[in-house]
Amino acid sequence: MSNINDIIKPENLVYKKADALSDNIMHYCPGCSHGTVHKLIAETLDELGIQDKTIGVSPVGCGVFAYNYINCDWQQAAHGRAPALATGTKRLMPDHYVFTYQGDGDLASIGTSEIMHAVNRGENITVIFINNGIYGMTGGQMAPTTLVGMETSSSPYGRDISIHGYPIKITEILAQLPGAAYVTRQSVHNATAVRKAKKAVKKAFEVQGKAIGTSIVEIVSTCSSGWKMTPTGANEWMTENMFPNYPLGDIVDKSKPKQEDLEQFPLK
Amino acid sequence: MAKVRGAVVVDTEACKGCSVCVVSCPKNVLQLNKQVNSRGYNYSYMANADECIGCGNCGLVCPDSVITVYRAKE
Ligand SMILES: Cc1ncc(C[n+]2csc(CCOP(=O)(O)OP(=O)(O)O)c2C)c(N)n1
Ligand code: SF4
Ligand code: SF4
Ligand SMILES: [Mg+2]
Repeated sequence: MSNINDIIKPENLVYKKADALSDNIMHYCPGCSHGTVHKLIAETLDELGIQDKTIGVSPVGCGVFAYNYINCDWQQAAHGRAPALATGTKRLMPDHYVFTYQGDGDLASIGTSEIMHAVNRGENITVIFINNGIYGMTGGQMAPTTLVGMETSSSPYGRDISIHGYPIKITEILAQLPGAAYVTRQSVHNATAVRKAKKAVKKAFEVQGKAIGTSIVEIVSTCSSGWKMTPTGANEWMTENMFPNYPLGDIVDKSKPKQEDLEQFPLK
Repeated sequence: MAKVRGAVVVDTEACKGCSVCVVSCPKNVLQLNKQVNSRGYNYSYMANADECIGCGNCGLVCPDSVITVYRAKE
């Protein structure tokens, strides 16, 4: 039986922190999905060799400080406006990779208009969408994505359809827009899910490189502080309750487009 | 047959003690330490080091990217 120090050698390395991540300790709570998604973006920048030509747009929400953690160029948008800022950035610098990083309050509530029209225009940007079913940063208020019956600080008796309406499946709505090139929903709650989510994030940036429309990766996420659970308990709760409402998997994939994907019925 | 052995190094100061790695390990290698780091978190450590196969699951799931994984054939 070999000594541990015989195993811990550079030639035996199989997994390490992504180079594109900074050394700053993230401000996120223990177990927060934001951190896991940050590293998937950083690994993608490393593997595609695009760190020096990537521009992120950070949101309002817990992800606002993403620029402290992923080493690329960044802008910070007003609440929900990241797709508009990304549109201008990408159009001015089409040779750069531009992505937005947005929460569900940001993307599916105050920023619904911006994301809708950006995707409808088929902007060649990548959207990373963290859906934790709650306004995490401001203290766990109900979001449009909050599940029916889910208790939040602003719906203490649970979300009630007769008062608050239904949880919005914004990703399915966006997927119907002709400008959407790649739309997928993933999660990062265990190693298998992380591997799949990584592939999806990488593919989303590759689709951007093909300039065939908007690529969107929703990550169904936890907010253990806002949900008032332990991190591992939140992952279990998410598996049982979020996935049936927000099923995982690819929704649209035009990375190898068929002719009918491109047809727009020209005027006669 | 060559046996695969693994080992992980946890940046104990950066660990937030979330336990996500603990439940992801197929070999029950990891536990949270009774000791805390300077920020007050019970950090993850190899409680059953001999069992590690270097599968990398713990590294993949760690939200704070504080685990480095090594694997060698004996
Ligand atoms: C124009 C404006 N309205 C409201 C706020 C307050 N605010 C800050 S973060 C936030 C919600 C963020 O929720 P989400 O986008 O889901 O991100 P999370 O923190 O959950 O990751 C709100 C409403 C603000 N900063 N600016
Ligand atoms: S590498 Fe695999 S076996 Fe070793 S501690 Fe991590 S999860 Fe467990
Ligand atoms: S997943 Fe990372 S931060 Fe959480 S307990 Fe394990 S090593 Fe620490
Ligand atoms: Mg949210």
